[in-house]
Amino acid sequence: MFEATERTLKDAQRERLVKRILLGSTILLILPVVIILAVLIWKGAPMMSFEFLFEEPTNGMTAGGIFPALIGTVWLVLVALLASVPVGVAAAIYLSEYAPDNKLTRLVNLAIINLAGVPSIVHALFGVGAFVLFAGFGTSILAASLTLAVMTLPIVIVSTRESLQAVPQAFREACWNMGATRWQTIRKVVLPNAVSGILTGVILEVSRTAGETAPIMFTGAAFFLPFLPESVFDQTMAMSLHLFVISTQVPDVPEALPYGVALVLVAMVLTMNAISVGVRTWLRGRRKW
Amino acid sequence: MVAAANKLSFSDVAVHYGDDVAFSGLSFDVRENEIFGIIGPAGSGKTSLLRAINRMDDFNSEMRVSGRIELDGHNVRAWRNVYSLRQRIGVVFPLPVGLPLTVYENVALSPRLRGIRKKAQLNEIVERCLRRAALWDEVKDRLDTLGSLLSGGQQQRLTIARALSQEPEVLLLDEFSIAVDPVTTMRIEDILKSLREELTIVLVTNLVQQARRLADRTAFMLGGELVEVGVTEELFTGGTRDDRTRQYLEGRFG
Repeated sequence: MFEATERTLKDAQRERLVKRILLGSTILLILPVVIILAVLIWKGAPMMSFEFLFEEPTNGMTAGGIFPALIGTVWLVLVALLASVPVGVAAAIYLSEYAPDNKLTRLVNLAIINLAGVPSIVHALFGVGAFVLFAGFGTSILAASLTLAVMTLPIVIVSTRESLQAVPQAFREACWNMGATRWQTIRKVVLPNAVSGILTGVILEVSRTAGETAPIMFTGAAFFLPFLPESVFDQTMAMSLHLFVISTQVPDVPEALPYGVALVLVAMVLTMNAISVGVRTWLRGRRKW
Repeated sequence: MVAAANKLSFSDVAVHYGDDVAFSGLSFDVRENEIFGIIGPAGSGKTSLLRAINRMDDFNSEMRVSGRIELDGHNVRAWRNVYSLRQRIGVVFPLPVGLPLTVYENVALSPRLRGIRKKAQLNEIVERCLRRAALWDEVKDRLDTLGSLLSGGQQQRLTIARALSQEPEVLLLDEFSIAVDPVTTMRIEDILKSLREELTIVLVTNLVQQARRLADRTAFMLGGELVEVGVTEELFTGGTRDDRTRQYLEGRFG
């Protein structure tokens, strides 16, 4: 009665096959990440030293350190976050909590998703037109960061909106029925439970902002500028552009140097991600429903 | 019998969702300090009726309410401040919604929204409401745990405590016992009986016997129509005017 039939044997066989295909795809996915990290550490680690991190480039950027680029990237990321996170979160709150569910709202949502697909070089040209020339910021950290902010806004908006919508509707209704306004409901119940998702969007944005090259090369990042920026109206070096420059534009660069720069850039992003993931896990641990 | 004042009154009320009718042509009164039962099979428009009282159509662009609903003789559609209207009406949902806040904050939320800031006053409200909801003894040592971590029955009593913290005049209960064990159901029923002195209760239920145990008067709704309203005991002892009510009470359909 309980013996395997031809059919159940076939099902079991298929089950094993599907599992192998899925596992194989996962391994295929992990492989490039592992290889990139391994190569970077293998070739870049010998470069790591106090001087490399905290001194400026010398000898036509073939020697010395990367400090101005490191600080420049931190500036660019922070100013871009300051500009995009408040606007992005506010827009997402409007779209998710206030906007009526009609054709216009759906069109706006579609436009935001499409904005995420605009090539970064197009954003760069927009940045030149809008911030460098029209707004008169010149080539500066401000213009470059705003360009990055516009480029990454969709990431913030989409991830914020999704985490707001993950908060069960029943919570909102319970609050509304008590006589709470929409904003009271958002502040007391919806936002506190969406913070971890919003942070995920910010993490993604940080990674993208730190790594982008095209949007900043016309708007505020300098080829070689061995000074630290003093305000948002200064130009600055940046890690991503520096890596591009020493890899393609400068003769006689020692082979290990670009790997060193790349390793620091990746380490920076990974560190920020790790911090945010830590914060997120901590927040999530306090949330249960 | 002394005629009590009407707390809620409905005349020719209808609710539509887009092109669909939830119910229509509904007229009846709920008297002050009575428990008013609404029974009927699923889909007969009971929940929509409760939503219309609290003007939840403000949050649902599909939902349209027509007719006249009055609270204390005033049209709820014309209420100047809809938030103060909702504050006067407590709602308990079928599935307990413990907000993802601590037990304390679940009950303190409504007073806080009303602008009460003093810790001592909040403490007093929280304890009083939890006691009235027969939950205080179980949670008094863990007011700081999340409300959503309580058991289902405890969460349902928490939502009752939360509704009471609004200091409402009307309590709407929508099939509160659907996700609650029988013992908790009986405890909540006892609470409701004791609350009758202070407020008016509208009890939507699909348990016919629950309506019989609690309700002074009962309305029977079927397929978006109010079939009849009557004194509960009379309905259950053969005093129905409509055959469909008798059949439903006898469990022959629904």
